[in-house]
Amino acid sequence: MINALGRNLPDYIEGYGKVKPFAGAFENYKEVVKSSVKLKSVKPGDDKVLSSIKEALLKCEIKDGYTISFHHHLRNGDFVLNMVVDEIAKLGLKDIKVAASSIFPCHAPLVEHIKNGVVTGIYANYMSGPVAEAVSKGILKYPAIMHTHGGRARAIESGDLHIDIAFIASPACDTYGNINGVEGKSACGSLGYAIPDAMYADRVVAITDNLVPYPACPIEISQEYVDYIVEVEAIGDPKGIVSGTTRITKDPVGLKIAKLAAQLIEESGLLKDGFSFQTGAGGTSLAVAAFVKEMMKKNNIKGSFAAGGITGYIVEMFEEGLFRSLFDVQCFDLKAVESYKNNKAHQGMSSSMYGNPHNRGAVVNNLDVMILGATEIDTDFNVNVTTGSNGVIMGGSGGHSDTAAGSKLAIVVTQLTKARLPIIVDRVTTVTTPGETIDAVVTERGIAINPKRLDLLEKLKESKLPIFTIEELKQMAEKMTGVPEKIEFEDKIVAIVEYRDGTVIDVVRQVR
Amino acid sequence: MKIVRPAKAGTMESNDIYIMIYPNENGNEIQLDSIVLKQFGKAIERVIMDTLNELEVDNALVVAKDRGALDYTIRARMETAIKRASE
Amino acid sequence: MRRSMLFIPGNNPSMVQNSPILGADSIILDLEDAVSIDEKDAARHLVRNALLSLDFGDAEKVVRINSIATELGYDDIDCIARVKPDAILVPKASEDAIEEIDELLSTIEREEGFKLGSIKIIPLIETAFGLEDVFNIVKSSKRVKAVLLGAEDLTADMEIKRTKEGEEIFYARSRIVSVCKALKVDAIDTPFTDVNDFDGLLKDCEKAKLIGMTGKAAINPRQVDIINEVFSPSLDDLKWATRVIEAYEEAQREGKGVFSLDGKMVDAPILARAKNVIEKAKAVGLI
Repeated sequence: MINALGRNLPDYIEGYGKVKPFAGAFENYKEVVKSSVKLKSVKPGDDKVLSSIKEALLKCEIKDGYTISFHHHLRNGDFVLNMVVDEIAKLGLKDIKVAASSIFPCHAPLVEHIKNGVVTGIYANYMSGPVAEAVSKGILKYPAIMHTHGGRARAIESGDLHIDIAFIASPACDTYGNINGVEGKSACGSLGYAIPDAMYADRVVAITDNLVPYPACPIEISQEYVDYIVEVEAIGDPKGIVSGTTRITKDPVGLKIAKLAAQLIEESGLLKDGFSFQTGAGGTSLAVAAFVKEMMKKNNIKGSFAAGGITGYIVEMFEEGLFRSLFDVQCFDLKAVESYKNNKAHQGMSSSMYGNPHNRGAVVNNLDVMILGATEIDTDFNVNVTTGSNGVIMGGSGGHSDTAAGSKLAIVVTQLTKARLPIIVDRVTTVTTPGETIDAVVTERGIAINPKRLDLLEKLKESKLPIFTIEELKQMAEKMTGVPEKIEFEDKIVAIVEYRDGTVIDVVRQVR
Repeated sequence: MKIVRPAKAGTMESNDIYIMIYPNENGNEIQLDSIVLKQFGKAIERVIMDTLNELEVDNALVVAKDRGALDYTIRARMETAIKRASE
Repeated sequence: MRRSMLFIPGNNPSMVQNSPILGADSIILDLEDAVSIDEKDAARHLVRNALLSLDFGDAEKVVRINSIATELGYDDIDCIARVKPDAILVPKASEDAIEEIDELLSTIEREEGFKLGSIKIIPLIETAFGLEDVFNIVKSSKRVKAVLLGAEDLTADMEIKRTKEGEEIFYARSRIVSVCKALKVDAIDTPFTDVNDFDGLLKDCEKAKLIGMTGKAAINPRQVDIINEVFSPSLDDLKWATRVIEAYEEAQREGKGVFSLDGKMVDAPILARAKNVIEKAKAVGLI
């Protein structure tokens, strides 16, 4: 079948099931039912603290075919996923599905477990490094299923993704399972992505390197959701967990893009009191924040909130009074962790509150401006952040599709060319985010506005900004780089890209 | 031009290409490694071959490591390498 | 219009191909100080190919060649002039060098079928002798359209210390400005070398503008915006100039020879200055 973006999909995919084709970003808002939870009640006197991961696995009665889940707040410093899957392999189990909110280069040992048939399925919102490359080569038995951050929460809450055992990497946990992310040597701040897992999994195991006496306050994930607690030496490597300080780019091209993006925001009319904003942690995205900060200060604008993964830079803007509050699903650096711990207006949020389309309204719906990246964007404004232009998986939506859909002005910032590759193409290799939710593309050589945004085009009529059609930008790039040859793929589907509402927006095929 | 000694030009920096050129026995030969091999491998080889022909080089082995260079850079680096390898 | 002239190392493909987007009025592709001695040939070939195939938009394309005191300078001219840059920037300029380069360019222009005199020359004044001889240097070729002060080399030549405040180059700046105004060419100020001190850059630009410099060289892309802003007419200047012109036009209509604005007599020099501001504002896209 062909979905609404012209992507060719099978009706049925082995290991996935019947394919619901993407029909449009806003076609699927409806009455929904949340899944019920099966749990084992705990009576007074029961002890939740176990001596090892193996004991926890046995207590949870793990079986072949189980789905186990992980969250990625420890990012490329995470030890928990590898520790748990190693134990599962030692128990001789097979056909395990790993539902990790993200997979990083540190999870390379997973590749062996995939080859040995211990792991046959993967769910992830983002994948990079050896696991992503191995999946692209087709070594996983079933296609990987790629969600958005909000879409993962939706899938868990609806029962589309049923978790048998959730493992919560816990920087601080007490003996009865109250967890927070702000204390201990592995402190990572908000635990937003782990919350749906904790609430909807059949069994929940906290893995901690900081077991503290009851009760541990503040409580982010409470004892009512946690079955067992296992203490280990270390849940992660602090160097990989938080990335020192996040820095604004010094690259003149990145700065030029950021400056144009900030000017576009100003001319859009959205930059006024109550302004809300989200940007990624990349150098160019942060530079947009820096220019926006100057404009807010100059015009004495008080914003309402900044959201998303929070960086030290956004914390600085908050501390200077430019935003009244922060919504934090994940902290990117120590400064963000510190602020999250100490400031009440620095509010944690679950991934569901952040971006789930099927709850009573996600935070993304209240965003004015979202700054996004792209590895490719096509002349229909569809964005690929899942595969590189060589077809290999190197990312995933994360919050990309959620924020694009929710925000009033979703701006993709990107260089027009990267190492000879034109970023604007006729048809992206993989669609991650549909073009109808992208409002503008800003490159160092010009800006393109989605022609559907007639209101924005009208506002910019008198603008001195370098505004072109997206086709003109594409030609500008190809004049420099030439037209790339098409990448060829095998027929085998190695990953399924689900839109946030659970429909299939695209598939990734095996690289040749 | 006649290639009389090995020579090199360019760097391994992003957007550059590192060219090594050697005297060869039977005609021109190219060994290309590129970060955009799938998308632009043929185009890069064509530019290298064109530069060899323009400068009338008949017997050269060109070993190129491309880091995303545009055509103007490939032509410039080839020209430099050839001139360094001849005369 | 040469508010900002940005130096770009001539042997760096990334920087060369990104240079057109950085907002500089002129781009100086550098074959001299930014290129090590064993890469002079490579830089020359790269810059030549860049001029042939990249789109530099509205920016002026300038190439700084090596001094013709060595063979390098001649090789640079022969290679680069044949692809028609807008201008050649001549280091350690002297009258003799400019005259010789003028002739070399004329020969190449004839050979290549370019319009005679179409490649301009910008002398870089960076020796005490050059500074004292700057009037003759500018007069030595019709191709000279601007003069660039190079204070680092100049202060070295004069055996004095270069400071951020720049009191030591006050005379050099003043002399160049005076000559440039007399001969109606642009006076471009020396670069500000602390690329992380933007307040210092702003002050330095204002100091140069105050005594009549019309633009400034940049050695880092992040300096360009500040330079452009200082060397563009300010909104206050523009308002004032517009009012002068309006008052003038009204006086014309009423047949008045002399007229005043805000109680002050407007005479020919003031009118000329107002017209100049309006023209500049048009050139930089303010109106």
